[in-house]
Amino acid sequence: MREIVAKKITETVKKLCIEANTNLSEDVLEALNKALSKEESPTGREILRQLINNAKIAWRDKLALCQDTGTAIVFIELGQDVRIIEGLLPEAVNEGVSRGYHQGYLRKSMVRDPLTRKNTGDNTPAIIHTEIVPGENIKIKVLTKGGGAENCSVIKMFKPSSLPAEIEDFIIETVEKAGPNACPPVIVGVGIGGTFDYVATLAKKALLRQVGMHNSAHDTAKWEKEILEKINKTGIGPMGLGGRTTALAVNIEKYPCHISSLPVAVNIQCHAHRSKEAVI
Amino acid sequence: MAKKKAKKTSQPRMIKLETPIDSKDVQALKAGDRVLISGKIFTARDAAHKIFAERPPFDPAGAILYYASPTPTRKGFAIGSIGPTTAARMDPFTPALLKAGIKITIGKGRRGQEVVAAMKKFKAAYLVVPGGVAAALAKHVRKSTIIAYPDLGPEAVLELDVVNFPAIVAIDSKGGDLFEQGKEQYKI
Repeated sequence: MREIVAKKITETVKKLCIEANTNLSEDVLEALNKALSKEESPTGREILRQLINNAKIAWRDKLALCQDTGTAIVFIELGQDVRIIEGLLPEAVNEGVSRGYHQGYLRKSMVRDPLTRKNTGDNTPAIIHTEIVPGENIKIKVLTKGGGAENCSVIKMFKPSSLPAEIEDFIIETVEKAGPNACPPVIVGVGIGGTFDYVATLAKKALLRQVGMHNSAHDTAKWEKEILEKINKTGIGPMGLGGRTTALAVNIEKYPCHISSLPVAVNIQCHAHRSKEAVI
Repeated sequence: MAKKKAKKTSQPRMIKLETPIDSKDVQALKAGDRVLISGKIFTARDAAHKIFAERPPFDPAGAILYYASPTPTRKGFAIGSIGPTTAARMDPFTPALLKAGIKITIGKGRRGQEVVAAMKKFKAAYLVVPGGVAAALAKHVRKSTIIAYPDLGPEAVLELDVVNFPAIVAIDSKGGDLFEQGKEQYKI
C-alpha cells in the first residue's frame, strides 16, 4: 500500500490545467503543420498559419491558447494499492483546478446553476471520471474543453440492425452540422456501444488518444481513416471558410452493449485540443 | 482536378478599417476580404446580451461588436487571450442591434437567416476571426476597459482599443457568404 498526500494531487492537477491551456501538444501541432502543407485554400492556409503562430505566442508568453479555457475534465486512474491521505480525492482535484485557473490567468467559465447561471469564480467543479486500476500509482489526465465544440456533440440510439454505413453517415453529418461553429479542423471522438451514459464517456475518452494514433483493432483503424478522408472531402475547411482540412483525426472507441441497443456518441473537439497527463 | 480548383482562387483583398464604421465602408466589403481594424471595438456575449437586449451600454452608431470574453490580464499585458465565441448564440438579439446602428459584428461560425436579412437591410457585415488564435489576437489590443456589468466577470462588456486587428469577411452586406462559397469550392 502506497500513501499519497492529497496536496500532491492538487499540485499535479494545477500544473496540468496551466500546461494544457498554454502549451499545445506536439501531436496537434504536427497535425496542423501537416495540414498546412496539404491545404489548397489560401484562406485555409492563412488560418492554419495563424493557429501555428498562436501556439508559439501562447507558449512564449504563457498565455492561454484560446480564451475559452474550458471545463476541466479530469480522468483519474487510481491504483488500488494507493491510499490517499490528508484529504479527499474530489476536493484535492477541485482545489487543483481552482489554483490552476487563478495562477495561470485562465478564464473561469463554470456557472453554479445551469439556469440561474452565476459564475462559480474559480472554474470548479471539474468533471471527474475515476477508474480503479491495478498498481500503486495515480495517473491523471486533464482535458480542458471549450464550449463551442462541446455544444456540437450528439448522441443517437441506433437500432441493433443498423449498418456501419448508417453510423458513418451520422458521424459525418454531425461534423457537417457543427461546421464552422466547432472551430474546425476538429478532432472527432466517437463512442459506439455501452449505454446512453457510457457511450458519451467513451466518445470523450476517444479524444484522449494522441492525434495520428489509431484504434488497436485493424478494422476500426481502417474505418477511422476512411471516415476522416470523407470528412475532409466536405469542403468545410479551417474555421468553415472552405478548404481540405476539416478534421485532424477520427478516433473511435467501442464497448459491448445490450442486445436491444446500439448507442453512438460523437464528441466534437476543436483544433485547440488541450490535454495533458501525469503519473504520481 | 483538385489543382484546377485551387487555381481559380484569387488572393483575397486586404482592407484597412477605422472605427466608427459607416455604411459606405461596410458596402465595400465582400465575403472573403481580409480586414485590419483599428480604433475601438466593444465586446459582449450571452449574459450581457440578455441584459441589454437592443440597448447596448455604448453608442451603437457605426460600432463594431465582438462576441468575446477574454482570459484574465497578466501584469504587463493590455489584455488576456481574446478569441471569438460562437456568434449564432447571439442571433436572437442581433437584428435589433443592427437596426440601432451597429455596423459590424465579429465572432465565429454561421449566422441565422434573420441575421443575414437584417445585415442586408441595415447594411452591416459579419466578420470572423479564427477561434483558437486568442493569444495572437491579444497582441492587437492596446487597451481594454470594462464599460458595463463588471459583476458578470469574464462576460462584462469591454471597450477595446485595437490596432490592425485581423479578421475575415464571412458574410457581407449583400448576403455574400464565405461559408457557402468556400465549402462549395472545396467540396469533392
